[in-house]
Amino acid sequence: MAATVDQIFVIFRNWVVGYLPAQWQAAAGAVLGVIGILCVFPGLFALTTVLERKGLGRMQNRLGPNRVGPYGFFQPVADGIKALTKEDVVPHDANAVMHFLAPLVLVVTVFMGFAVLPVGRHMALVDMDSGLLFFFAMGAATELSIFMAGWSSRNKYSILGAMRAVAQMISYEVPMLLSAVAVVMIAGSLSLPSIVAAQNQYSGVFPHWYLFTPWGFAAGLIFGIAAIAETNRSPFDLPEGESELVAGYHTEYSGFKFALFFLGEYLAMFSLSGLGTTLFLGGWSAPFSFLNWIPSWIWFFGKVMVLISIFIWMRGTFPRLRQDQLMNFAWKFVLPFALLDLLVTALWRFLGPGWERWVFCSLVLVVAYVAMGRLGFAVKKFGPRSYRYAE
Amino acid sequence: MLGEGLLKGLAETARNFVGSYVSKERLTTVEYPEERIPTAENARVFPFLVYDGSDWQAGLRCVACQICEKECPPKCIIIEKSKDKKPDYVGKQQFYPVRFDIDLSVCMSCQICVEVCPFEAIKMDTEFELATDDRFGGLLYDREQLAKSNEYYHSIHPTEASEVDARLAEEKEKAEAKARAAAAKPAAPAPAPAAGGNT
Repeated sequence: MAATVDQIFVIFRNWVVGYLPAQWQAAAGAVLGVIGILCVFPGLFALTTVLERKGLGRMQNRLGPNRVGPYGFFQPVADGIKALTKEDVVPHDANAVMHFLAPLVLVVTVFMGFAVLPVGRHMALVDMDSGLLFFFAMGAATELSIFMAGWSSRNKYSILGAMRAVAQMISYEVPMLLSAVAVVMIAGSLSLPSIVAAQNQYSGVFPHWYLFTPWGFAAGLIFGIAAIAETNRSPFDLPEGESELVAGYHTEYSGFKFALFFLGEYLAMFSLSGLGTTLFLGGWSAPFSFLNWIPSWIWFFGKVMVLISIFIWMRGTFPRLRQDQLMNFAWKFVLPFALLDLLVTALWRFLGPGWERWVFCSLVLVVAYVAMGRLGFAVKKFGPRSYRYAE
Repeated sequence: MLGEGLLKGLAETARNFVGSYVSKERLTTVEYPEERIPTAENARVFPFLVYDGSDWQAGLRCVACQICEKECPPKCIIIEKSKDKKPDYVGKQQFYPVRFDIDLSVCMSCQICVEVCPFEAIKMDTEFELATDDRFGGLLYDREQLAKSNEYYHSIHPTEASEVDARLAEEKEKAEAKARAAAAKPAAPAPAPAAGGNT
């Protein structure tokens, strides 16, 4: 029974596909999977927008939206109707084609990333051997759409926001990739389902998630920081900082094009949360071995929502960074630490099982963290000013 | 250590998040259309014309002197003086406005009309829900819409209204004493200064 519920979507797909001639079955199965992704994640997006607004409100001792429907949960419907009925303004001097294409390119590339994510047991749309590589390639393509939006709008705020976005995304792409490389070194595969399979083992009741190892914890934190920066979320929301740049690269977008940007941003958040879950939190595997009877897709989406709520929590807490702080943090702290973590991961791999590698790897990482914190973020103290006058 | 402040901040917002569900005192928001906080006594939104008694046309204090019309910085007051006269609160014959319009869309709530009015006839209202779907006629308030009773004035600005009432009563008494003195003058000129001095 539990196995049936676990595989219910796969069974449903096979049942539908079974009615078709053999040569169409593969294509029809893929189309069904795509339809599933196109329905589930935008639905999750609608839910997240209202949860985010309510959560942020509570963090600021407000109530948040509570007018539309019970507890305000139909707010996304009202927002959607508003976005659809708004006037679609294209600036006179804008490059109309690029301006039109940018939000589409963003949403399409972000959706592509979901193709390789295993959302449950046997539930990856494409089990690609180099799925991780494909995911990062698609993630990098979102930068293109953001620069398209900024450049084609012909607006100084848009172009400034786009330049900031590209600089920030390229800077944080590096530590993100390095933290994923650490996982690849241990799992020995670029395929996301096999990375999950490598973590789906238990010692007693406890899982072998990579987050619960010293190197995996460090890599997970780096991945989380980089994911926030990649999705342009607060505190790294410089590309669209409304107090500085109106709205950054989507200043000149209105109506449904703006809604598409909004959708793309949240979908990027989901896909990166999904990747983080896959790489460090054991994907669809249960947190304790005795909870394995709960369907795998519930675990995956549960973990994704937990990561999303951490995103929201961060947004409700931290103020925005300055551009130089952002760059310093990326290149002088996160990147060296990610490189060190690669070394520690290699040590972990070759020290073999035993308690020594736990102590040694943790020690190296903690000492490095404290030392880099002391040295890299030390505030330069200026003494009393001394004057030397001409004789 | 690095990151300590971040954790402190996260703990603070988490405390707010949980606390807002536990204790209602934390929530600072007033759920406006359903519940509302009483307007402050010093609030001022838009002028209105005060009238005494129950009939607004008879009791209107305004004498159409047009000082407010001239002083109004955005020129949103339009007054037309009457040809005939009617008695004011003292009993003296005065002009009255046959037309007194204030354009809500132009008024900037500066209260200068109230400051300059020598007859305590125009005061500031605290009513703020003045939105209308008729942007031409609905935003021009005529004298009937502007006229509000002295009791209403007492209900929104009690302190200020009592002061105004005291001042008006004093003036009325002074005028009456003067009239009495004028009436008594041909007979006995002596008591008149004494009566004036007492008031």
